[in-house]
Amino acid sequence: MSLTIGIPREIYPGEKRVAAVPDVVEKWRKLGFAVAVESSAGALANFADDTYIAAGATVAGNAEALFAQADVILKVRAPTSAEVAAMRPGTTIISFIWPAQNPQLMQEMAARQLTVLAMDSVPRISRAQKMDALSSMANIAGYRAVIEAAHHFGRFFTGQITAAGKVPPAKVFVIGAGVAGLAALGAAVGLGAIVRANDTRPEVADQVKSMGAEFVPVDYQEEGSGVGGYAKVMSEGFQLAQRATFAKQAADVDIIITTALIPGKPAPKLITAEMVKSMRPGSVIVDLAAEQGGNCELTVPGEVVVREGVTIIGYTDLPSRLAKQASTLYATNLLRLIEELCKTKDGRIDVNFDDEAIRGATVIKQGEITWPPPPPRLSVAPPATKAAAPSAPPTPATKKSSHGHGGGGEPMSGKALAGVFGVSAVLFWLVGAYAPPSFVAHFTVFVLACFIGYMVIWNVSPSLHTPLMSVTNAISSIIAVGALVQVAPPLTDAGGDRPNELILGLAITALTLTAINMFGGFAVTRRMLAMFRK
Amino acid sequence: MSENLATVAYIGATILFIMSLGGLSNAETSRRGNFYGMLGMTIAVVATVLGPRVTAAGLPWIIGSLAVGGAIGVYAARKVQMTQMPELVALMHSLVGLAACLVGFASYVDTSIVYTGAEKAIHEVEIYIGILIGAVTFSGSIIAFGKLSGKIGGKPLLLPARHWLNLIALLAVIWFGAEFLAAHDVDAGMLPLAIMTIIALLFGIHMVMAIGGADMPVVVSMLNSYSGWAAAATGFMLANDLLIVTGALVGSSGAILSYIMCRAMNRNFISVIAGGFGTGGGSTPTTVAGEQPAGEVVAVSAVETAELLRSAKNVIIVPGYGMAVAQAQHTVYEITKLLREKGVNVRFGIHPVAGRMPGHMNVLLAEAKVPYDIVLEMDEINDDFPDTDVSMVIGANDIVNPAAEDDPNSPIAGMPVLQVWKSKTSIVMKRSMASGYAGVDNPLFFRENNRMLFGDAKKMLDEVLVALKT
Repeated sequence: MSLTIGIPREIYPGEKRVAAVPDVVEKWRKLGFAVAVESSAGALANFADDTYIAAGATVAGNAEALFAQADVILKVRAPTSAEVAAMRPGTTIISFIWPAQNPQLMQEMAARQLTVLAMDSVPRISRAQKMDALSSMANIAGYRAVIEAAHHFGRFFTGQITAAGKVPPAKVFVIGAGVAGLAALGAAVGLGAIVRANDTRPEVADQVKSMGAEFVPVDYQEEGSGVGGYAKVMSEGFQLAQRATFAKQAADVDIIITTALIPGKPAPKLITAEMVKSMRPGSVIVDLAAEQGGNCELTVPGEVVVREGVTIIGYTDLPSRLAKQASTLYATNLLRLIEELCKTKDGRIDVNFDDEAIRGATVIKQGEITWPPPPPRLSVAPPATKAAAPSAPPTPATKKSSHGHGGGGEPMSGKALAGVFGVSAVLFWLVGAYAPPSFVAHFTVFVLACFIGYMVIWNVSPSLHTPLMSVTNAISSIIAVGALVQVAPPLTDAGGDRPNELILGLAITALTLTAINMFGGFAVTRRMLAMFRK
Repeated sequence: MSENLATVAYIGATILFIMSLGGLSNAETSRRGNFYGMLGMTIAVVATVLGPRVTAAGLPWIIGSLAVGGAIGVYAARKVQMTQMPELVALMHSLVGLAACLVGFASYVDTSIVYTGAEKAIHEVEIYIGILIGAVTFSGSIIAFGKLSGKIGGKPLLLPARHWLNLIALLAVIWFGAEFLAAHDVDAGMLPLAIMTIIALLFGIHMVMAIGGADMPVVVSMLNSYSGWAAAATGFMLANDLLIVTGALVGSSGAILSYIMCRAMNRNFISVIAGGFGTGGGSTPTTVAGEQPAGEVVAVSAVETAELLRSAKNVIIVPGYGMAVAQAQHTVYEITKLLREKGVNVRFGIHPVAGRMPGHMNVLLAEAKVPYDIVLEMDEINDDFPDTDVSMVIGANDIVNPAAEDDPNSPIAGMPVLQVWKSKTSIVMKRSMASGYAGVDNPLFFRENNRMLFGDAKKMLDEVLVALKT
């Protein structure tokens, strides 16, 4: 029999999101699930109960009724102790959990024999991107951060020359170019501001530039990429240099948006009180890391405060402030996860631990805590560390040469090279020891010509490989010379019984064949090359 | 013309040939490169004709055969369509091979120059090897021509115990070689020589028959190489340095091309020659493939494709053999032109083994007047896919197969591929869901961001073009 998906109303104060939207409900129905929604669960996100009913869901009057019938409960916020207590043992719950921060809750859920999948624990692998709710929420938070900043900022973002005078563009500085940072960059660029960004991971510089913003590097050499695409804690020397960079930016820009987070650690304090003081009055700081303590020393989580004339926004519920969008994306992430759980499309779920994405997300399986999961197999190889870098073979991505095959690719291994040298030495010795002098002379020419050919051909552009083949083909009709000298050589008396007619016939045939090749080859090459144009 | 003058002229011709190949390093200098080649060839032929080894009696014959051959060659070059280039090149290789054979036989029966002792042995070995390579090149190229022009099926022909057959052929060639050297006069030597020639011809046929369609670029460049070695062997036979140098140049050129092609498919040269794609160990490709990709394939119409293209900023087109077959390159260019006028950044990503010959796609696109600075190689463009809105795959399959990177059990695992699946949307134009030449299923088709546009490439692209214009 098929399972029932239950969507309770979020009871966390101020939470407006909901874990299901009607479109997604319809798709769950198609996967074979029954769907029950608690009355007015989607009200704050502008989804009325009727729309859920129209999509094929039933509406449960209250949370108790819902928990009583639901086999799979989908939520946004982690359940409270009371909610856990109301659930039937054996229920599966999928929501944000933050197992590291909530050990007490984990124990309670385990005791209740639940199976728990944490949306925040979905591994960051390419395949699981479609269920990566953290990224979807971060995207919304980044966008909303700019909107909040614009709301509290007393000027235009875009520069204008109006009849009433010139308006300078706002300058926005984004710290941390992860998903949220990049979304903020995009939104701010879209509003017309001058946008700069910084990140400890140098590889994101290109992404920043691709969004139309400027990358502000910290003048200090240290690789900042941690495992799984997140940043790591930096050395003290780096932090000093970083602070200097930020101080300089703080004095210059109007808006700072901070998104610096390191998994499992309190947010790094990047914006000091002095930096806030150095900002122009009316400036705005949006601290997206407020929930983890904030990147700014003066941030008050959950609130907007004005310090030194600077508005500091510490909202921790930015995605919830865009409830409809956030619910839609979150519900879609859940849909993708359910699809993975229900490959058979028969309304049942299978928590398959062989599936890396599901294994990573599952923090409790039937009352047994399975968190933390084994480290993810990385989908992207981490950049080689400093020590290994010089000896590491060039990866295809970094191997770029003007002609694609710069001089023959990677050097041969020492062993292979020794083998080649050995064989050549034996061969050369045989030739030197036994061959007559005239052969050795020709042999010299032959070997050197091979080397010249080798050197020259590696320079040929790959786009010209077809002309190369036809021109070498034309050139190989040089064999005509061989036929030519046989047609009518100056005969001495020595070869008395030379079958002249036979040789003439053979030579003439060969000559005709090579002439086809010679003229045809060059003509067709010419025709082809004439087509290559800019 | 004295012997010395002829030699100096040969040196000049050699230098011109080297410059000719060097000129192909980029498109600007390539036309001059071809001119150098023609000049070098003219000098070589004229110097030989006027040189001490040709008497006036031969002139009418020489002029006659050059005129006949030349006329045929120029006619063929004018008439050939760009999509038929691989066939033409293969056919021309066979001519070189045959000519090498004929010259070899002629040289053997020619008693006007008398060799003795070690020189005689070496001369005979040279004749033997020259004819051997020439014969293999000849028959192999003929078969390659047949396969490329569709006269012979593209599927590899795998005889039972084919490796043993090849080995026996090799041993027989060596044994008859010994017989040939031991022969006292021309008549006695003719029999082993003729038998060897037949074995070599059969070997050439067998070798190319055993190679699948997708490996054709390797075969064509390999035969190119052989035709060079045949010329070099003839040079040794006739003690002519010009032939040796030119043959070596051509030979190494073809060898390097083969190597580049093999590397582009992550295949070992030996295994390509040994035949049959993905059939190492005798199992069929479909069973080798690891997990069968499954899921939904989303088909789109030409109009929707036009919509996608219109709203894109960055477009990468990945052409394959299918574009050549459908003769769709001109329509592709029309679409490209239209999109570029609208400010869309359209570029082409070319896989080294796309098509049936090295650089095949480049030639087709050039024929359709696509500017070559937007035609990029795989290494140049692969990093740009994540920033690409739409990548359009036209008649290609294996070269965009993500299984090559993701699935270590795939027969094409490790082959570098164009990462079209990293772009926001990929559109694959195909006639049906059939797998590519490698016989490997393509999980790309089942990706969420992939759309399939089924139908003949030319017809579909014409519809896309019409939709774009409205």
